[in-house]
Amino acid sequence: MSQTPYSIVKKARDNTRPTGLDYIHNLFQGFVELHGDRRFGDDAAIVGGIARLEGLPVTVIAIEKGRTAKERSFRNFGAPNPEGYRKALRLMKQAEKFGRPVICFIDTSGACCGVEAEERGQGLAIAENLMEMTTLCVPVISVLIGEGGSGGALALGVADRVWMLENAVYSVISPEGCASILWKDAAKAETAAASLKLTAQDAKDLGVIDEILSEENLGKQPFYQGLRSRLSRTLTELAGDEDLVGSRYARFRRMGAQFLQG
Amino acid sequence: MAFINFIKPKNQLEEGGRTAAPVQEDAGEPEKTCPNCRKAIPLSRLWANHLVCPCGCHFRMNARQRLAMVTDPGSFRELYADLTAGNPLDFPGYGEKLATVRNASGEKEGVICGTAAIDGQKCCLFVMDPYFMMGSMGSVVGEKITRLFEYAVERRLSVVGFTVSGGARMQEGLVSLMQMAKTSAAVKRHSDAGLLYVAVLTDPTTGGVTASFAMEADILLAEPGATIGFAGARVIEQTTRKSLPKGFQTAESVLQHGFLDSIVPRSGQKQMLSELLRLHNGGV
Repeated sequence: MSQTPYSIVKKARDNTRPTGLDYIHNLFQGFVELHGDRRFGDDAAIVGGIARLEGLPVTVIAIEKGRTAKERSFRNFGAPNPEGYRKALRLMKQAEKFGRPVICFIDTSGACCGVEAEERGQGLAIAENLMEMTTLCVPVISVLIGEGGSGGALALGVADRVWMLENAVYSVISPEGCASILWKDAAKAETAAASLKLTAQDAKDLGVIDEILSEENLGKQPFYQGLRSRLSRTLTELAGDEDLVGSRYARFRRMGAQFLQG
Repeated sequence: MAFINFIKPKNQLEEGGRTAAPVQEDAGEPEKTCPNCRKAIPLSRLWANHLVCPCGCHFRMNARQRLAMVTDPGSFRELYADLTAGNPLDFPGYGEKLATVRNASGEKEGVICGTAAIDGQKCCLFVMDPYFMMGSMGSVVGEKITRLFEYAVERRLSVVGFTVSGGARMQEGLVSLMQMAKTSAAVKRHSDAGLLYVAVLTDPTTGGVTASFAMEADILLAEPGATIGFAGARVIEQTTRKSLPKGFQTAESVLQHGFLDSIVPRSGQKQMLSELLRLHNGGV
């Protein structure tokens, strides 16, 4: 069965895939949701709180798209507003204070594109997350479970380990957006998808992600069991890194270096 | 959503040459029509006034012109000038596009970095170029900015940066997206070292540059009328199908919403920057 990059994009967007909340409820025990950014409001597109991973307290943050029409509208289709990113940052700083690792699940076509989002500083909200995540003193793991749309996805993705499901995508722009800008033709999305190198394998080849997660049994207990023990194992490994922040700096410092000349 | 929302018409490339063409005094002087007041302004008058129309409208300016405007003569020492990257993703047409832009602009990439003195105050300086693929950030722009902040930490220098950008460079895909994280990490280190970073946001500063190093400065200045935002206005209009408020994403409205420290016209930038540097350098 041969897959094209664009068919993977469609899979990544498929609304039968597990969403952020599915991961929260299946991987962790005793999730306590914590709302609000303490600045403006509570963004339903980002769900955050504290839970236990095989007994260990962790902070969990997930972008939630919703599945039914009603849920999707309530979750703004998983397109976070600035207050969503600020809630995420608040919870990450809280995790740092209490020495809890942070686990993020990313699934968004991009940050919310709207007048109010702009007026409340969407760009600044994302920038602050990027900046603060680079020096967070606790381990951070980010998992791309569906769409990884641009800065809106990266705002939860400055992590010590970044993983991608095999049919997730990660891109600087949607294939449709890219095609309409470059070729004035959104129908060329198929070509754009191939050119943008947005599949998990591409991201791994570019050194952007660390591991590709198999989707065998996706959404079923064996899948979650596997992911749970992988998360646990990796957190143990990261706990042994005495210069976690230095390693994270080095991880992102390398990005693109292989292409430089001069 | 879309990251690169400000794509300039191709013909702006031509006017973005390295230096001003010498103005012929005799035969009918060339003029440029101001997009704001609609008056035709003689080019020589524009050049003499840092490309600002008498009505106050700030025209786009290339990076070398800006350097000359804010730095002390002869003080600028360029860093990483030869850094380039091919076509990381083998993106169709990107290699040719880069070659064309390099030819037309005389620059190798979309940002110029170095050290300089501004009214005697030494600092690290970066200036982005609107005539190089609209200052879009790819691996080279990200690397140069990152290196400059690292250099500034080593030498304990302030950083002054002029931003202009359509956002991340989509032809470099994920590699360009990652530059947002890379530059942010370097800005954070510089900030944690107790050093000053002043950004001057010029028209337009958008997308992935707004959402990374542009907004991360200690002090955020902007040029009058500059478009500053994350998502492009046209994209927002198409997505939401609502008309945009008057003055949306202009520096003036961004200031009103609390996201800028001050709007400074070109005529006052050198003085403002040197004063801010002096206030943080412990000098007089």
